[in-house]
Amino acid sequence: MAIKVDRVLDAKGLACPMPIVRSKKALEELAAGQVLEVQATDKGSLADIQSWARTTGHQYLGSNQEGDILHHFVRKSDPSEVKEQRKYPNTITNEQLEQRMKENPNVKILDVREPAEFAFSRIPGAISIPLGELEQRINELDQEDEINVICRTGNRSDMASQLLNEKGFKNVKNVISGMSEWKGFIE
Amino acid sequence: METIGLKGMTAGELTKKVLDNTELFILDVRNDSDYDDWKIEGATIESINVPYFHLIDGVDDVLDKIPDDKEVVVVCAKEGSSVFVAGQLVEQGKHHVSYLVGGMKAWSEHLEPVKVGDLQDGGSIYQFVRIGKGCLSYMVVSNGEAAVIDTLRMTEVFENFAKEQNAVIKHTLDTHLHADHISGGLKLAQHTGAKYWLPPKDADEVVFNYNQLDEHAEITVGNTKIHIQPVYSPGHTIGSTSLIVDNQYLLSGDILFVQSIGRPDLAGKAEDWVSDLRNTLYSRYKRLSEDLIVLPAHFGKATELGVGGKVSARLGDLFKENPGLNMEDEAEFRKAVTENLPPQPHAYQEIRQVNMGKITPTDEEQRDMETGPNRCAIHDK
Repeated sequence: MAIKVDRVLDAKGLACPMPIVRSKKALEELAAGQVLEVQATDKGSLADIQSWARTTGHQYLGSNQEGDILHHFVRKSDPSEVKEQRKYPNTITNEQLEQRMKENPNVKILDVREPAEFAFSRIPGAISIPLGELEQRINELDQEDEINVICRTGNRSDMASQLLNEKGFKNVKNVISGMSEWKGFIE
Repeated sequence: METIGLKGMTAGELTKKVLDNTELFILDVRNDSDYDDWKIEGATIESINVPYFHLIDGVDDVLDKIPDDKEVVVVCAKEGSSVFVAGQLVEQGKHHVSYLVGGMKAWSEHLEPVKVGDLQDGGSIYQFVRIGKGCLSYMVVSNGEAAVIDTLRMTEVFENFAKEQNAVIKHTLDTHLHADHISGGLKLAQHTGAKYWLPPKDADEVVFNYNQLDEHAEITVGNTKIHIQPVYSPGHTIGSTSLIVDNQYLLSGDILFVQSIGRPDLAGKAEDWVSDLRNTLYSRYKRLSEDLIVLPAHFGKATELGVGGKVSARLGDLFKENPGLNMEDEAEFRKAVTENLPPQPHAYQEIRQVNMGKITPTDEEQRDMETGPNRCAIHDK
């Protein structure tokens, strides 16, 4: 599974504690919101990277294994995401969106999280366009559609909703609280 | 890249300190779930858990928790992280700091031989305490011959010990098909030309040849008077067989422990085997001499370790004190051995497959499968 990331750290062949020491350093050099892939062969790194991310507030996205190599995905935490700073007025709650999906199976869901986040957990049928690519890929969307924009907590989707609105999309809703609270079906 | 002045402590040295009741402070730097699952314990051991990934930028946060008046051992899974953290502690001026050589893996594999007692017609019986995992093996030595019971995977320990006693290993026996650790019985027998014995009722699915350990089996070691008498005692497994050695010792396998009794669920048959287990404990064992010294295949708590680490108890005393032998009500017993059981041992299903000869993992994989406590007793947490 090829997942788009911002940086790949090769920690293959390194024994504990080096995979986590190197991950920490690599993450420090990334910008908030960017995703790091750590490639490691130390089996202990799987449990350790989860505990480490949980206690430091970074977002552990998931891991997969190819042969002897473990690929871990971690997204650098963004302090702004925990603050309420949404501006786009037209919102829909997770529960309302679930209801809407039942009424109209063709309702569009635009997921603006990073591809690595999308890869590990997503609403079936959602379209993936990361916030940073939305402006240049806006032609992939239809201005007439009802579009529900979702991210992890509702902040990136707020910015995406504003952008779409400026570009002439009339029927755009920001989904709150987003994937972090999503109770419905995921794949 | 070791810090000057930093020393390693081997699992053997640490075992001696635990058994001698030396005051020790352990800083365990594994992640919290591993620590909660399984850690080094002892009557005089104080331990705290701070995962190494909180100490990457320095150890300032833990410095004031590290005592100056007792020895400190830093522990991790394999060794690397403990060297990393212990080195920083030494650089910060902490003395009496060492790291556990080989980490919890080495701790899990260390065997400490303890003499249990002498046999009536010459010869001795020894217990091998696997302190990190709570497993117990035995060696009966008499007149140049030896038998090993519930052999652990580290077979070279038994070979070397027999050599020191000038004894040739003639028999290896498993009291049952183990689920918490990989048996070394067959391997040791193959190395030494000994006979390997296993209860036939536990051997339905095994893919190798073995000798049937049942009540008809005649097993002698050295002097003919040192007799191993099998007693069929199902419950933990359907084939579980206890051994009476020299009319003095009852090797109870995973049926009866010092402070608990065996669990009947590791082969997936808790409900079926409850009545077997009760019958074994409350009637078969009742008919044996109360003066037999019970030698189990496991211990669950550090408080079960006696003088020098020996785990044993008089059968009559256990009938008075062991909670597992004092449940008059059958329904209460059934409940105790089938409900609220502790988590099953790590990888126990795969371990059973290995012990049947069906799969052959690498040494490294075997080590990983055995990580963690044994949890064969109903009271193990």
